[in-house]
Amino acid sequence: MTGIDLSQKLTDFTQQLVNGVAAGTFYALIALGYTMVYGVLRFINFAHGDVFMVGAFAGYWLTPLLMPHFAGHLAPFGICLVLFLSMAICALLGIVIEKLAYRPLRTQPKLTVLITAIGVSLLLEYGGQFAFGSDPKPFPPLFEDSTLEVHGIFIQYSQIIVVGVTAALLVALSFIVKRTRLGLAMRALSNNATAASLVGVNLDTVISFTFGLGSALAGAAGILYSIYNPSIAPLMGIQPGLKAFVAAVLGGIGNIPGAAVGGLIIGIVETFVGGSSFSSYRDAIAFAILIVILLFRPAGLFGRAVTEKV
Amino acid sequence: MDRLFHSKKFWLLLALVLAAVASQLSGHINDYYLYVIKIAGINIILAVSLNLINGYTGQFSLGHAGFMAIGAYVAAYLSKEKSAGLFHLLGGGSPALVVLFVGVLLAGGLLAAVAGLLVGVPSLRLKGDYLAIVTLGFGEIIRVIIQNTDAVNGASGYGGIAGYTTLFWAYGCAAVTIYVVTSLIDSTYGRGFLTVRDDEVAAEAMGINTTKYKVLAFVLGAFFAGVAGGLYAHATNYIHPSRFDFQVSILVVVMVILGGMGNTAGVSFAALLLTFLDEWLRFVPKYSFVPEFLRPIGNNRAIVYSLVLISLMLLRPQGLFGGLRAFGGRPSRQALKAG
Repeated sequence: MTGIDLSQKLTDFTQQLVNGVAAGTFYALIALGYTMVYGVLRFINFAHGDVFMVGAFAGYWLTPLLMPHFAGHLAPFGICLVLFLSMAICALLGIVIEKLAYRPLRTQPKLTVLITAIGVSLLLEYGGQFAFGSDPKPFPPLFEDSTLEVHGIFIQYSQIIVVGVTAALLVALSFIVKRTRLGLAMRALSNNATAASLVGVNLDTVISFTFGLGSALAGAAGILYSIYNPSIAPLMGIQPGLKAFVAAVLGGIGNIPGAAVGGLIIGIVETFVGGSSFSSYRDAIAFAILIVILLFRPAGLFGRAVTEKV
Repeated sequence: MDRLFHSKKFWLLLALVLAAVASQLSGHINDYYLYVIKIAGINIILAVSLNLINGYTGQFSLGHAGFMAIGAYVAAYLSKEKSAGLFHLLGGGSPALVVLFVGVLLAGGLLAAVAGLLVGVPSLRLKGDYLAIVTLGFGEIIRVIIQNTDAVNGASGYGGIAGYTTLFWAYGCAAVTIYVVTSLIDSTYGRGFLTVRDDEVAAEAMGINTTKYKVLAFVLGAFFAGVAGGLYAHATNYIHPSRFDFQVSILVVVMVILGGMGNTAGVSFAALLLTFLDEWLRFVPKYSFVPEFLRPIGNNRAIVYSLVLISLMLLRPQGLFGGLRAFGGRPSRQALKAG
């Protein structure tokens, strides 16, 4: 009897874990953008969650436009094209936001930039509502989803695709950051901006590139999120954006692998809380984690504490 | 005579008398207008109290709606469920009602102040954008907790609250808030708040207890936000957790920034301006002179605030009236440099 109970519990646990990992990938992808921008500019890009929303809407607009040309065996190429074009649109948006709103304020106090970022965030949210209306829209299905059963654990194909694409993007990102000149420049800038510019790193280019890269990842998260939860609305970016920020802080802000791990942790914890008797506190748990982290280990799980020089 | 005009107590008394007179005459005003005017007064309290935290002390908080929610729910719960016995005990009639209303407002304010203490403590370790997110998180946590509290109907909203908030209460409390905050800023405490904002390290080196001032700013700011919440609950008669989400905090932040951080007069004016602008924008779809494509703005008024925020930050980061000493402003060093 107890044996059956135990195996049932184990199955439930694994099922929750699977769902949690899938949910965590979105947070991880968004958190990467927060962390990279923080790395180079030392400020929180409040509007980042809304770039994620724009990614979802780009997919909503591109899918009916492109998918009819990719029937049958070509469908995976169509999906990739939708994904890449949405990422490109978001990258462009990120670069434009930085250029118009943040660059003129680079020498201003950080608070001024933060307030501007809140403004940009509101503009995207309510501009989106203005343009698309506030009612949720059904995201067109990119492929036929079905469920796989492994030892009593149900895995959706969309979950596999979401996790697979995220893993591929993470590999690509780590290649860019570690093996390319721009990646090197990015790391140099986040290490010491003044020294980097002294040795000839073009700050403007690198900052634009960082915004583009982070926003592209947020755009990808938008598409993957909509495949998984096919209902999109202009305000959909607010909560995932805030929680992904928590994920970035949890992993140690400025730390790229940390952001990915932090995202997965937040996704898993949230799924477990959602499945427990405290399910109605699901939306508060990320913030509780944030407060605990900032009180006890403000540098995050993988970050190194920085002593402030006066 | 000149001394009289410089005395804050004189202005406080005058404001209270005017509020009482206006309250007596308010019977002739259309209910909707009256409601909006009351909300404007409540928004003054919110903006002036947030200005104490954000403007004078330089601790950027995005959680004001959370404090307001606590005040609103505590005051509404006490006046609806717990006050009947007390009302009879006090002998009934309007004097008892006054005592009761002051009591529930204070209770709401005090509980919000306790929450402010809880938020103020992490603020000792955090700065700038981190603090902004933590306070935002606190606000959201408070909202989720209220949603899960059955005593106040949780997510279905809490209705049937008596309409005790008259013009006198809304503007009387606003006057008291302005009086307390301006008196505080002109006192030793005020110097403390301002030094924390301008240069925390230098302040600490001079032996100023910066911890004390930061926590004090949060506790006082939260107290007044709680009172504003209580007034709001008794003005609308129905409250719901979604009415205290972080959009509300942002709206108050916009008031503070528009008025100029660290400028009570400017911030009060901005609160009035934005309340009326917000209500006016609701009616935009009904005006024939507004082109068709602009009409959805009635439901998406935050677009206007976002444009106000961005253009202010790019063109005039010290706010409309910030940096003007003539307006009783206390511009920060950065604002002085920028202006």
